[in-house]
Amino acid sequence: MADDEMILLDYWVSVFGMRVRIALAEKEIKYESREEDLLGNKSDLLLKMNPIYKKIPVLIHNGKPVCESLIIVQYIDEIWNDRSPLLPSDPYQRAQARFWADFVDKKVAPRPGVLWGKGEEQEAARNEFLETFKILEGELGDKPYFGGETFGFVDISLVTFACWFHAFETFGKFSMKAEFPKITEWAKRCMQRESVAKSLQDPQKVDEFVVEYRKRLGLE
Amino acid sequence: MANSSCSDVKVLGAWPSPFVTRVRIALNIKSVKYEFLEEALGSKSQLLLQSNPVYKKIPVLIHGGKPISESLIIVQYIDEVWSSGPSILPSDPYDRAIERFWAAYVDDKIFPSMKLINTAQGEEKAAIVEQVTEGLVLLEEAFQKSSKGKAFFGGDRIGFLDIAFGSMLGWLRAIEKMGGVKLLDEAKTPGLVQWAESLCADGAVKGIIPDTEKLVEFAKILVKMKGVPLGKN
Repeated sequence: MADDEMILLDYWVSVFGMRVRIALAEKEIKYESREEDLLGNKSDLLLKMNPIYKKIPVLIHNGKPVCESLIIVQYIDEIWNDRSPLLPSDPYQRAQARFWADFVDKKVAPRPGVLWGKGEEQEAARNEFLETFKILEGELGDKPYFGGETFGFVDISLVTFACWFHAFETFGKFSMKAEFPKITEWAKRCMQRESVAKSLQDPQKVDEFVVEYRKRLGLE
Repeated sequence: MANSSCSDVKVLGAWPSPFVTRVRIALNIKSVKYEFLEEALGSKSQLLLQSNPVYKKIPVLIHGGKPISESLIIVQYIDEVWSSGPSILPSDPYDRAIERFWAAYVDDKIFPSMKLINTAQGEEKAAIVEQVTEGLVLLEEAFQKSSKGKAFFGGDRIGFLDIAFGSMLGWLRAIEKMGGVKLLDEAKTPGLVQWAESLCADGAVKGIIPDTEKLVEFAKILVKMKGVPLGKN
């Protein structure tokens, strides 16, 4: 694998891009990172590599593109299957891991309302957010990680939102720690892993981004 | 894993659901016997609520008492557990990524738009039909690349994307009929037209995809019941 060309098309504050970064770091894979200017113009390379959605992240492996963050993470896990497995080996556990990662995509990812919404729309989004995290708090329980003893696929799918927690708290007007103590502890635990610490954005920078973006949307 | 007894494998489902169809095709490919527990329209059984507390939706596969939900996740589980049967996902990781991508595309873009054709009128309807047809043209391209001249996305045998997209054919035809529209046609999607025929004739699929007429009737019942066409599973 030494001569593999790996390029990651990314955007600095994207939770989806961060998932791929964590996976690449867990597997100690070297790659070239290219920042897309999503608020300006998308690069020709992005438009060529992901013509369907025109979105990041895109992993380009020896010229061939892989799109959609969780698909990319599974791809990375399957190719570099000689180290740091991200998914469990047992089929039932794998199915559970896929289920919960998919839950994060279905329920946490479409979070815009909390940050970018107003009035009733924002209120509804906030409530949905709290409901969703209640389920996740229950699912995590007293386990160190979602998969049990080892850090894995579900943790990767969710932990990248941790650097956005402060923004959610600010605009959703609630405390993650008060509402979801287990998730809060779990996030801290994940941050002790180098792959996570160096892949997540600084929450302060995320806050600044959110404020800026809200201005753009005319919410400030 | 050795073949389990019929009671070991249960599928909670409903005959009209394309998502349930996926699970049944996958089990057929692996020659796995299962007990089909039909959920009554308009109500959810205790078993369903217990087995899928998060979404309370079908399909649910219950294997040795353990539930698995979400059709594409179930299909992958079936492929991995009954590994001695014909493979459903391709062995190459890149091909797997491509099939997963298109399966998600069917779920996120094709099927939701297809359902909207029923309620839409005039210009809006034309716009949605165009959107769906464009999506199907993209799938046609994917099919040409993936099949390499063979009958299925998976090559000689039905694979993951064949199941993911093929399961929608019943409703696709019903929507074509109800809406008076053509979605798959020889001019724009010749490969897929051929593919659809081959798929429906395949032993693992025969009898699983519901009759167009039955689905049209079912859609009418749904409208009466909830005022909403094509209720979600």
